[in-house]
Amino acid sequence: MKCKRCKAAAEVHVRQHSSAFCRACFVVYFQRQVERAIHKQHMFSADEEVMVAVSGGKDSLALWDVLQVLGYRTVGLHLALGIGGYSTASTTRTEAFATERGLPLVVVHLEEEGCAIPQLAGFTNRPACAACGIAKRYYFDKLAFERGVSVLATGHNLDDEAARLLGNVLRWQVDHLAKQHPVLLPTHKRFVRKVKPLFRLSEYETAAYAFVRKIDYEVDECPNSSGATQLVYKDALNRIEAVMPGTKQNFLQDFLRLGYPVFARSVDSPPNSCSQCGMPAFAEVCSFCSLRREVDSKRARRATARRT
Amino acid sequence: MLITLLPQRRQLEISGRHRVAEVLRQLNLLPGTVMVIRGDELLTDRAIVEAEDSIEIRNVISGG
Ligand SMILES: [Zn+2]
Ligand SMILES: [Zn+2]
Repeated sequence: MKCKRCKAAAEVHVRQHSSAFCRACFVVYFQRQVERAIHKQHMFSADEEVMVAVSGGKDSLALWDVLQVLGYRTVGLHLALGIGGYSTASTTRTEAFATERGLPLVVVHLEEEGCAIPQLAGFTNRPACAACGIAKRYYFDKLAFERGVSVLATGHNLDDEAARLLGNVLRWQVDHLAKQHPVLLPTHKRFVRKVKPLFRLSEYETAAYAFVRKIDYEVDECPNSSGATQLVYKDALNRIEAVMPGTKQNFLQDFLRLGYPVFARSVDSPPNSCSQCGMPAFAEVCSFCSLRREVDSKRARRATARRT
Repeated sequence: MLITLLPQRRQLEISGRHRVAEVLRQLNLLPGTVMVIRGDELLTDRAIVEAEDSIEIRNVISGG
């Protein structure tokens, strides 16, 4: 296989575009794809500070790397989830990346907030991934607002977005489809713009980019994610992709072009404010405060049971 | 060839030299779901792995 740009021996095969690149040209191609997504989708401009949600995995660290190379002003945001050794290793890698490059990083330890993921899941009988999703969304929104940035970027890639789309379509979650876009504008005074600059790049491409850029990312998977439905959807899509390359990309791109505008029109009213914490809420309290209430009451009940 | 699977940290051996695509087929791995690494180099499907080579096959699909 030869590099599409310089005809040297190729190292990275980009199946959905049926092209291949040598190491140097792949880096250029990848960074241009991200830059093009930022411009074409009007994600943010050069004078805005961008908060980047970083987990320590390949996608978010690759994203942070590209944004730094492209000259954007960034601040990292990392949630230490409290999921044993996996979380400790992820936090260590994130901090090392920031230190090495002199990038500012905000770290929140959920354990110190009394809501490490195992506690949230254990006290509420919710699947750990559901509790984790609620906590992440809450802290991302809250810390972006408190920092005063106007935009929050996450490392979601093409595979993440296509899998999410498949899940939303299989259950016809119309309200979720109305919000599945690489740029989400704020609908509440405490929301910031949310963007996904890697949405056109596959999971293989982000991993290859992290590898050739020698980014020391966390290779281990979250112990909770085995059997996650997201992985079932990804596997189904990858089986189709193996026979029909480009399917994932067309599925997502055509949804954004043809489906999204239809669903977005049907969107419900904007959120009001949580009576407890002031963050956006679709009920009287936001989903995070309602989760915490559940945890607190279970905790209290268990403590009483132990005393009697 | 000696193969190390990540993140499982499992090792296995396949005899002879093969194209990467053939190795992945034998291991039931879908193209695009793993990186095949030899030393500091990424291998494409068409690259050939020699019998005496050691390679790493690293999963790229995450469940977050
Ligand atoms: Zn080249
Ligand atoms: Zn609240």
